[in-house]
Amino acid sequence: MAAPATQMTKGKVIASTTLRPSRSLWKDAWWQFRRHRLAMVSLGTLVFLILFTLGGPLIYHTKIDVIDFTLSLKGPSSEHLLGTDDLGRDLLARLMFGGRISIAVGIVSVLLAITLGTTIGALAGFFGRLDNPLMRLTDLFLSLPVLPLLLVIIYLFRDTLRATFGAELGIFLMIVGVIGVLNWMPVARLVRAQFLSLKQKEFVEAARSVGAKNGRIIVRHILPNALSPILVAATIGVGGAILTESTLSFLGLGFPSDVPTWGRILYDARNYLDIAPHWAIFPGSLIFLTVLSINFIGDGLRDALDPRKTS
Amino acid sequence: MGRYILRRLLIAIPTVAVISFVVFAILALAPTDPLSSFGADPRVPPEVRAAIRTSLGLDDPWPVRYVKWVTSLAQGNFGFSFMSHSPVVDLLKQRLPNTLAVVGVAYLIGVVLAIPIGMISAVRRYSLFDHFATTFAFIGFSVPTFFTGILLIIVFSINLRWFPFIYDSTLVIHDLPTFLDQVKQSIMPITVLALFDTATIARYTRAEMLEHLPLDYVRTARSKGLKEQVVVLRHVLRNSLIPVVTLVALGVPTVFGGAIVTEQIFRVPGIGELLVRSIGDGDTPVVTAILLIFAVLVVLFNLFADILYAVLDPRIKYT
Repeated sequence: MAAPATQMTKGKVIASTTLRPSRSLWKDAWWQFRRHRLAMVSLGTLVFLILFTLGGPLIYHTKIDVIDFTLSLKGPSSEHLLGTDDLGRDLLARLMFGGRISIAVGIVSVLLAITLGTTIGALAGFFGRLDNPLMRLTDLFLSLPVLPLLLVIIYLFRDTLRATFGAELGIFLMIVGVIGVLNWMPVARLVRAQFLSLKQKEFVEAARSVGAKNGRIIVRHILPNALSPILVAATIGVGGAILTESTLSFLGLGFPSDVPTWGRILYDARNYLDIAPHWAIFPGSLIFLTVLSINFIGDGLRDALDPRKTS
Repeated sequence: MGRYILRRLLIAIPTVAVISFVVFAILALAPTDPLSSFGADPRVPPEVRAAIRTSLGLDDPWPVRYVKWVTSLAQGNFGFSFMSHSPVVDLLKQRLPNTLAVVGVAYLIGVVLAIPIGMISAVRRYSLFDHFATTFAFIGFSVPTFFTGILLIIVFSINLRWFPFIYDSTLVIHDLPTFLDQVKQSIMPITVLALFDTATIARYTRAEMLEHLPLDYVRTARSKGLKEQVVVLRHVLRNSLIPVVTLVALGVPTVFGGAIVTEQIFRVPGIGELLVRSIGDGDTPVVTAILLIFAVLVVLFNLFADILYAVLDPRIKYT
């Protein structure tokens, strides 16, 4: 690219830059990302799913908690598009509502995990003194048996939190908190490795020589350069968190039955597989579709943000 | 080498100690009383309840209980279950074979399938096989195990009636028909777990092989005139397998965790099912014991993976 530019006259170079807008990392990444066909399809699917959960109830007005035993366990019909559950409640409305919570749990808990992991990783990577103690802490957390511990903590603290924050918010805070606190370790390791190599670079030295303080160097100079792997980890993390939440709900230790997350609906459906398979298949497929598209998007992002793969 | 192993061991022991402390503290400091379900029974007079608490040693401050617990653990005594009053060790001994029969076999199948799939995927990158394997892998680790389990039950137990959907642990294998029964009832839980394991390990093997294929030593091997088969199997695969083997070792504890869900769906009376049930019952001694076992498994297999890595890769310096 540089070679033809040098042969051009000055005027032509200016013309070509106006024809082709400036290329930033993110524009390049987006251009690269668009060529990953599965990732693009997945992005579309995910946007559709989010619209489905957020905008669906605006179009589809059926209430999620209208109980009608005469309609119990009916398959899809024109009145109830995806059928009903054992209490005759409309499944489609419940799925739309539950999807909001499932996706919110995924996003918020990953934000928590990323914040914790980035802070700890950055401190460990930047300040040599903190490296050893913080990494020992990370190793310790990595040795915790995550799923069993989640189950125990949720069981033990559920009632207290429910009493303090109310049924919905209390459980939400707890699940998000526990998933976040038990999943920051890989991010911390990733960020630490990035910081260890980046802090040796000339631009950091340059920043320091003009008098930038440590805090500014970390936040303004090193962190933006370490962002791509964090972004990929975060994307895939959202899928993982949605899976964890639905697993907890499926084991009966997540949200209560009146808060229908996808995992919870599946849990309620598991004893009626023979007479009402639709009740289990729809929420399960939604979880699967969401996580699958998030994983493909993560894969596409990884390719798009990989500097070795520029074309 | 010996020093390296010793050093790793010396890190592992305090880790287990700290984790046991954390686990115990969480259970001891939790606002939910382990005897709440028992205490909720109005027929139990308060003084009896107090007497039971004292007899169980629940009135001691929790650091004292922790020390008592650790000292008896050191003698191989896990305590007694609040619910069944039998020693926790006996419960674990009953449950462990069921878990191992399902989880162990599934993991074995996963590894055996995954390595060739990952290898062929990498060698024939972007071929039809690779696309198929990639899609399969993404499906494998995106589909929740409880959903695969439920789908299998709907298709094979309810519609086709091929397999039972409740695992019968009382089945004793003594001849061919009972062996076939055992196979029939294990097929679905094993498939569910193996699908996930195969997907993860195959994906990892593929990535490792792809890292190695363009390296210089591969070109050297080819230019020596070695057959492609030898280059791939003897040179590339052997080097790529080092991190894969570590991943396989590291994955063992996770697999036990995943078994919690699978055991729940198919009602396999294993460790995971015992854990979920004991959590529901507030049976603290059983819960602490199982959590500790899971933690020890994690630390043990981390240690094992580190040592394995050092043994397999001569480039690693042990310091």
